[in-house]
This record gives sequence, structure tokens and C-alpha cells, in this order.
Amino acid sequence: MIGRQRHCIALAEFSREEILQVLDLAVNMKEVMRRPIKKVPSLRGKSIINLFFEASTRTRSSFEIAAKILSADALNWTSSSSSVTKGETLVDTVRNLEAMRPDVIVIRHQSSGAPRLVAESVGCAVVSAGDGAHEHPSQGLLDAFTIREKLGSLEGKVVTIVGDVSHSRVARSNVHCLPKLGAKVRFCGPPTMMPAGVEKLGATVFSDLKEAVDGADAVMMLRIQHERIGDPLIPNTREYSRYWGLNAKKSAEWLKPGCVILHPGPINRGVELSPDVADGGRSLILDQVQNGVAVRMAILYLLAGGAAGEGVGVEARA
Amino acid sequence: MSDTIFIEGGRVIDPANGVDAVRTVVVRYGVVAEVAERVERPRDARTFDARGKWVTPGFVDLHCHLREPGQEYKETVATGLRAAAAGGFTSVVAMPNTKPVNDNTSVTELMLARAAAAGAARLYPTGCISKGQNGEELAEFGELKTAGCVALTDDGKPVTSVALMRRALEYARAFKLPLAVHEEDLGLVGKGVMHEGPASTRLGLKGIPGAAEEVMVLRDIALAELTGGRLHIQHVSTRGSVRAVREAKKRGLQISAEVTPHHLALADEEVAASGYDTDFKMNPPLRSADDVKACREGLADGTIDAIATDHAPHSAVEKDVEFDVAANGIIGLETAFAVCLGVARTGAFPERRLVEVLTVSAARVFGLPGGTLSKGAAADVAVLDPALEWTYDPASGFSKSQNSPWKSKRLVGRCTHAFVGGKLVHGEK
Repeated sequence: MIGRQRHCIALAEFSREEILQVLDLAVNMKEVMRRPIKKVPSLRGKSIINLFFEASTRTRSSFEIAAKILSADALNWTSSSSSVTKGETLVDTVRNLEAMRPDVIVIRHQSSGAPRLVAESVGCAVVSAGDGAHEHPSQGLLDAFTIREKLGSLEGKVVTIVGDVSHSRVARSNVHCLPKLGAKVRFCGPPTMMPAGVEKLGATVFSDLKEAVDGADAVMMLRIQHERIGDPLIPNTREYSRYWGLNAKKSAEWLKPGCVILHPGPINRGVELSPDVADGGRSLILDQVQNGVAVRMAILYLLAGGAAGEGVGVEARA
Repeated sequence: MSDTIFIEGGRVIDPANGVDAVRTVVVRYGVVAEVAERVERPRDARTFDARGKWVTPGFVDLHCHLREPGQEYKETVATGLRAAAAGGFTSVVAMPNTKPVNDNTSVTELMLARAAAAGAARLYPTGCISKGQNGEELAEFGELKTAGCVALTDDGKPVTSVALMRRALEYARAFKLPLAVHEEDLGLVGKGVMHEGPASTRLGLKGIPGAAEEVMVLRDIALAELTGGRLHIQHVSTRGSVRAVREAKKRGLQISAEVTPHHLALADEEVAASGYDTDFKMNPPLRSADDVKACREGLADGTIDAIATDHAPHSAVEKDVEFDVAANGIIGLETAFAVCLGVARTGAFPERRLVEVLTVSAARVFGLPGGTLSKGAAADVAVLDPALEWTYDPASGFSKSQNSPWKSKRLVGRCTHAFVGGKLVHGEK
């Protein structure tokens, strides 16, 4: 359990305390990752199924390594098709998997709400690894962890998220998480990429990048999906890059000193971020990847119900 | 069995005749013989005690899907017509999107034969506007009318070709058939699965803007004006659509409109509250709270002529899946009265107006008999208990399907008896 949560599906439903429980435990998990022998028996005998209906190398690997460091057995199940094309419904698939007695099902699915349907259909814990344009809670938690680690706290900080908010589950998880930790969120992008009623999510909306990043403590650049071009949300990547991309010049002139840059990956180099910025001193992109493992270890540990006394080197410090 | 029926002591609401008072309805040989305050009851008359209840003309539903032929696992003509009677509907208009579609007389005849055998509510079929519902060529309007179709519609699909729509409106004039239209611009709909607004944004579901409906309503009003055709707008759901119809009526165009119980009662936030429950997915989608308010206003001021259920049965196969891929539609025949009564009781419109749009006003839209307790009219009568509290359990209802957002909900108001042509088709003898 994470506080009162049996599942990790939507940060919209998480309280500040529940978010902090994960982030604080992840600090200890990160320490475990840095040991010469990266293995603790905390989840020995537990099994975790990574059920991925969408291609994802990074997130799936991250969950898999997180499970393995905690000594859980991880099974990867990938499917590129939805219920409609495959002939077996999602509910049937997960009931079959549940019959194999996993402790946690991690699911990535192209349809918003699919993890909830799974949670309603099975008895084990369900972790969303991203559903449609709804939420990507472990990403939201690792982003908060990374900013907090670098800046010390999120209290009073301004985080600007730039890009296609309408199709972004990362933006939604962040906007439900960061304000609970005291940060203010700004969204920036072309109006075609801002969903209806976006301001009701609690973010301030900008279409001018310079204004949006003015005074920001962190800037998160979202990936521009190639299928959005000609959707027609934007005319082409060249124009997008000119008005909403970050390069060294804009970064130097517009960002305040100490402002950090994040990206959920994978990066389109030269579109939302120029290579020198992606690899530059402000970039926390690889920290995000490392912290992702620690945060997912914390989520799996809490939801798979690692028994007290077995979490060698984990709860002792937690 | 006696040929005389007395329905005694109920509040008779018969807007067609301006009646709203405690009266006894006398039925002889299947027709309304008399509606009077005091009538001598012959010894052999069958009597129904309607004290504390409403007695109204049987309801008329302009829009339902009975799924036969082709999808009998969801509903059949017989189960659909029994569900209708259980909801107080004695006449229903069936949409033609069966499998195969009703674009020819043999499908129409099959539906009518099934209905005659069912012995429940009356069935009025509609035929397709375009052959195969493909939006390319006109269906045979004349033959469809001769076989018994009362209107033409490609319901479920918009008529995307402006040119075809123009010709359909013109050609239908020859047969005095109204065209009932399902209005959505497919380009604006895109892959949308719910109303576009703050709720869709929060849920991460693709949105359908209200304008997707409104641009088509405005287009077809312009075409009705051009052709003099008789246009009926199905399931209006947005403030803009209501405004467009209101304005068109004011200019004297022959336009009518219907609204569903769910668009009067529920808004898009309910989709969020339900947690992606696919029983809240339908087309048009549940709209904003302001749109709901506009639909209620349109019903109250006469812009909207009828409440139509859009009863759309689906099985768990279509509904127990991800929200994105779930079929659109909910069943509604058995809950329509209670749901709409609940809305009326919020002060949205008078109870009498509610009965009017469920009866005579609806019947007039397609020129159907019924909807009235006039002397000599077929005795299609609903007896309703407006105070009866009940929990809706679709599994024990008459429809074959259970896809309802009111599943397990407490409702107030229920039909207790329905008569079709003086014959009891629902309720205890």
C-alpha cells in the first residue's frame, strides 16, 4: 500500500503524503542501486508481470531492473494489439495472467483508463506504466524526485512543461503531482497542442516560450510525436523547433541561472532540444532515467507488500 | 372477458386535450370511449385502480434500436417492444441500422411481422436515407413508405455529402416523409470518444467538440430552407444546436428536434466520476453542464419537440472493454420516465410538459397516431406511479441488454400498466 492506495494508477488520486512516501523511500532505493552488489531480498518470492501493449524500451526496462534489484521475479508480456484486433479482450488477458498469481501487474496501454479496468478485474496490485493521454504516474514521481533532488525542495518552485500537452500523460501526471509538493506548473506550446479546459488542470498556459520559461526553476521539454505533424497540429518540425524548441542561445538568454532541463525521453534531437542543450550542464535527463529505477523500486516495494524484516537495507533507512 | 375497461381515479394528464385532472378513462372495444369525472360503471367492466397515479396517453419514442434483424443477441423486436411497454411506451420508432440495414421492403416487413407477433408496444420502422447507409445513393423512399416506414434516417451516421442531403430532402417531399438526421462532422469528431472539455482533458480521452454537431445542424437547416424539406434533428446535445433549431423555428421552417433522457440528466463530468465506465459512452456524448441546461431550456420553451430514448442495447462483448474501443450507446426505455421525471422535479420544466413531449408532441413529429386520449382514439394508455421508489436492475428488466448508467441506481417514478389498443401489455391484471 502507498498510504491508502492499493494501486498506482493516477497521481490525481494521490495525496501529498502518499507522494512523499514514495519519494522518500526512493532515496533509500537509490542508495541500494549504488551498492557494488545491487540486490536486496525485499521482494523475494514475489512476481511481477510487465504487461506492455505499447512499445517502450525505457519504461519496461526500468520496471524490470527495479523488480530484479528487489529480488522479485519479473515476466515481460508484450502485445502490440488492442482487444479489438487481437480477439482476446483486455479483461480476459489480465484474468489469465492473474491466474498465474502475480503480486503486481504493471501495465502500459494505449487507451486511457485501461489500468483502472484492469484493477477492477483482478485482485493483485496494478501499476500504470502509462495509459493513453491520461497519466504516467511513475514518470510524474521520478520527475518530482529529480527536481527535488537537484533543487532541494519543490516548495515555491516554477516548473514549465513545453510541448504537446494534449497528447501527454507525462504532463498530466506532473500537473497532478508537482502542485501538491508546493510547485507552480506552467504549460507552453502551440494552442493546437493545448487540450480543452487545460487551465482547469491547475496550470498557467502560455504560447510564448520566452514568457513561459521566464523565472522558471525547471523546464521540461516533451517529445514531439512525428504523427502529430500534419495531424495537423503543427506545420512541420522546423517551425516547431524555432518557436518551441530550446537551443543553447535561448537557454543562455532566457533561462535563469540554476534552471534545470528535463525530458521524459526519447528525445528528438534538434526538434524540442538541440543536442548541446540535451547534453549540457542544465540537463537532468540521465538523472531522470536513473531515478526512474529508484522510484519504481519504491512503488513496487510498497505495493507488492514486502514483508517487514525482509527489506534488508531498505526500511532500516526509510 | 369484458370489452370495457375502467381506469379509475388517476390524475389524467392528456396534453392533447388540455386535460390535467382526476378522471376515469373508459375504454371500449380497444378505443377510448370517455374521459370523465364520474361515470356509471357497468357490473362486468374490468377496473384498474389508478388512485395516486398518473394516467397518460402511452408514450411515443421516436428513436430506438431494436437490433433485429442481425444482432438478436443484444435485443429482438419482441424484447425491445416489451421493454418499451414496461417503460410506458406504447409506440416506438425503430432505427434502420440493423444487419442488414433497413433500406428495402423485406427488412421493413420482417420487423413489422415480428412486432405483430410480439403483442407489446407498436412498432414504426424507419428506412435508410442512403442505400446501404453508405451515404452515396438514395434509398427507395417510396417503397419504404409503402412498406410502413414513417421517416428516413441514416442514424448512427451523418449524411456527409451535402449534395446527397439536398436531394434527399427534396425527394422525400414527394412522399411527405421527414428526414431524421444524426448530426456530426466526422472530421471534427476524429477519434473522439467523449465530449471535449475539462473532463476529457483530465481523463486523457480524445474529445468531440460541441461544434462537431452544430456545424451539421446549421448545414441541414440551410438545406431545409433551400429545399422545403421536412427536417428532424435527432438527439440534440449542445447549446448551439438548441439555439440553431430555436432560431430556425422562429423563421417558420418545418424543423423538429428530440433530446434523450441522458442528455437532459447527465453531463460529461459523470464520465469522470464513473471511472471510465463505458455505460457512460454514447454518441452524441454527454455534454457540458451548460449544454444540459440548454437542452432543458429548449424542452421547456418548445424548441425541442420530443424526448426520445436512443435505446441502444449492447452486450458485455461491446462494453466490457477499454473506453476507447467500447461501443456507443445505452439502453433507456425502462428508465426514461423516472429519469426525466427527476429532471422535471428540479424545476427544469413542468410535469405536464414532460408528458406532452413524451406523447402528443412526439407523435406529431412523424405524424403518428397515438399520444392522445381523444374519444375514439386507440386506447394506448400508460399508468404511472410518480412516487414509486425503485432500484433499477437491468438484469431483471425486459431488455436483453444491461448497458445503462442507471444500473443499481435509486429512481423515483415507474410505469405500472401499459395498454395498447385497450389490451394490457404490461402490468398486473
